[in-house]
Amino acid sequence: MGEDRRVAEHPILEDLREPDTYILYDGKRIPAITGEPVAAALLAAGVRIMRHTTKTGQPRGIFCGIGRCNDCKMIVDGVPGVRTCVTPVREGMVVETQEGLGEWRDLV
Amino acid sequence: MSKQILEGPGIPSAERRAKGPVACIECFQQIPCNPCEEACPRGAITVGDEITSLPHLDAEKCNGCGLCMTRCPGLAIFTVDESCAGDRARVSFPYEYVPLPEKGQEIACTDREGRFVTEGTVYQVRTSKAFDHTAIVTVEIPKEYSMEVRFIRRPGTEAGEDRGEVDSGE
Amino acid sequence: MRKVQLLIVGAGPAGLSAGIEAARAGVQVTIIDENLRPGGQLFKQIHKFFGSRVHNAGVRGFRIGEKLLQDTKDLGVEVLLGYPVYGIFPGGEVVYGTADGAHQMKAEKIILATGANENNLYFEGSTLPGVMTAGAAQTMINLHHVLPGKRVIMVGSGNVGLIVSYQLLQAGAKVEAVVEAAPSIGGYGVHAGKLKRAGVPFYLSHTVRRAMGSTEVEAVELVELDHFKPVPGTEKIIEADTVCMAVGLTPMTELASLCGCELVESRGLGGLVPAHDHNMCTTNPDVYIAGDISGVEEASTAMEEGRLAGTAAAESLGYISEAEAAEKKAEIHRRLDLLRSGQFGAKRAEAKAEIEKSFAQMQRGGEVG
Repeated sequence: MGEDRRVAEHPILEDLREPDTYILYDGKRIPAITGEPVAAALLAAGVRIMRHTTKTGQPRGIFCGIGRCNDCKMIVDGVPGVRTCVTPVREGMVVETQEGLGEWRDLV
Repeated sequence: MSKQILEGPGIPSAERRAKGPVACIECFQQIPCNPCEEACPRGAITVGDEITSLPHLDAEKCNGCGLCMTRCPGLAIFTVDESCAGDRARVSFPYEYVPLPEKGQEIACTDREGRFVTEGTVYQVRTSKAFDHTAIVTVEIPKEYSMEVRFIRRPGTEAGEDRGEVDSGE
Repeated sequence: MRKVQLLIVGAGPAGLSAGIEAARAGVQVTIIDENLRPGGQLFKQIHKFFGSRVHNAGVRGFRIGEKLLQDTKDLGVEVLLGYPVYGIFPGGEVVYGTADGAHQMKAEKIILATGANENNLYFEGSTLPGVMTAGAAQTMINLHHVLPGKRVIMVGSGNVGLIVSYQLLQAGAKVEAVVEAAPSIGGYGVHAGKLKRAGVPFYLSHTVRRAMGSTEVEAVELVELDHFKPVPGTEKIIEADTVCMAVGLTPMTELASLCGCELVESRGLGGLVPAHDHNMCTTNPDVYIAGDISGVEEASTAMEEGRLAGTAAAESLGYISEAEAAEKKAEIHRRLDLLRSGQFGAKRAEAKAEIEKSFAQMQRGGEVG
């Protein structure tokens, strides 16, 4: 964590944006862009481990990036099993590394 | 490093290259594609109705303006000018990276395989809205390398990052 | 239940083109897509396309996407986003939905433009974070402007592997290697040329043996292949934090199966595809297909197939006469033939002809039975 992987300059792309909000990742505040996938905000902050598998606790991260493979599931705002690659960022979203199937919890 | 002899309907002769700027169309596979034909205001490039035909260059009509370079989706067109003074030549190539090299910059020039060939000088960097983010970079190099140099070591990449001798299996 | 004349599943290049074509003929069109943004993979294509003027050659893919979206808007085509379609029942009853619940609609005609899934490879460490499909990397860099890693190994040298490698360089990553199991590069020489000039090494007759790292990719072990068999003693380790897999695509035929469309194996175009005729009609006469679901090709072909399916659907709904449709379809086929020619395209043309042959056999079989 800590390094910024956002593309700051690009020969073709014209609409590079800067973070305008934040999400909470395992209790830490990380910068994010409203509407970008949660997985992109995490990746930009150098976070690549989204969950650990149920039986053997192996790490998993972004694999398909388009909501097919389910590898990037995390607990988002208390809901486990959320595909972070297709879930848009909202300000202050609470995102947690998912252990196994994760647990539902009330965020109050 | 062995000198490659290029042959094809898009490659101008040594005599023509000596006369001044001319395109060098390094397109050797039958890809369905013909924007180069339309790009040329002088009608120097012909692909024809069979758009998989290789582009044919009429080197006498071509004045090396380079308009075709930024239209080629394969970035496979270069221009070569061997008419410069002092045994120098200018080679232009399409460039789609940031940062752009700067005019006057001394720069390592590389071949089609990314291998170092010679030091050169950035003679010109052309950009235009019409090029849609494909810049044209021109380097000035010793004339003997005009048909070898096709790129530069990109500013921002480390020296030695070019491939050198790597087992490519080829 | 809500009724629509033509429902198109998939708002990628094929689906949008189909919708535009049918709407121009006067058909009331609804396009539905599970993604929150329309355009499919088109907005990730930041390179200039091949083809001729009629195919928008020399224009970057995302600009073609912008044009398609503008056209759908101008024509008043309804585009429903964020809705996966998960059921199609006899009589054209379609079920779709998301967190807001399940919805139903009834469609007179359906065009399936669902695209394709990326294939993957299995090797030791292939589940480590940092191993991903080439499409995932392309999505991250070109749509979200975030680098998946700084030092990338690309597995596969087809056009997808070559193009995504180039785009990784453009986004500021270093491509440590393009690895190809075959003894020669799979994609266009000009795409490979861009990478070679930039100093990217190609490892032909090589594959990835394992991705190494305790919790994320830290290095990759390659091994040389002799006729696709690993050669002992040729292993080499390259430091890298990301492995991208560009090892082909498989048509997404689930909904076609639900519609009762018969499938046929097309080895050259990615596997099982719905059998279809020259105008993209499947063995279910109310269901058409277009784009990668009908055999994996590329975006320009997908758009032409979409226009073909859109025209055929408009004709079957009575919005254009047989003669007018025939003329339009012939024109589209001329453009398709151009894209399916040459040393790369001819094989795809043959594979397509095989599929049409199978379709004809099925139709004859059906009549006899």
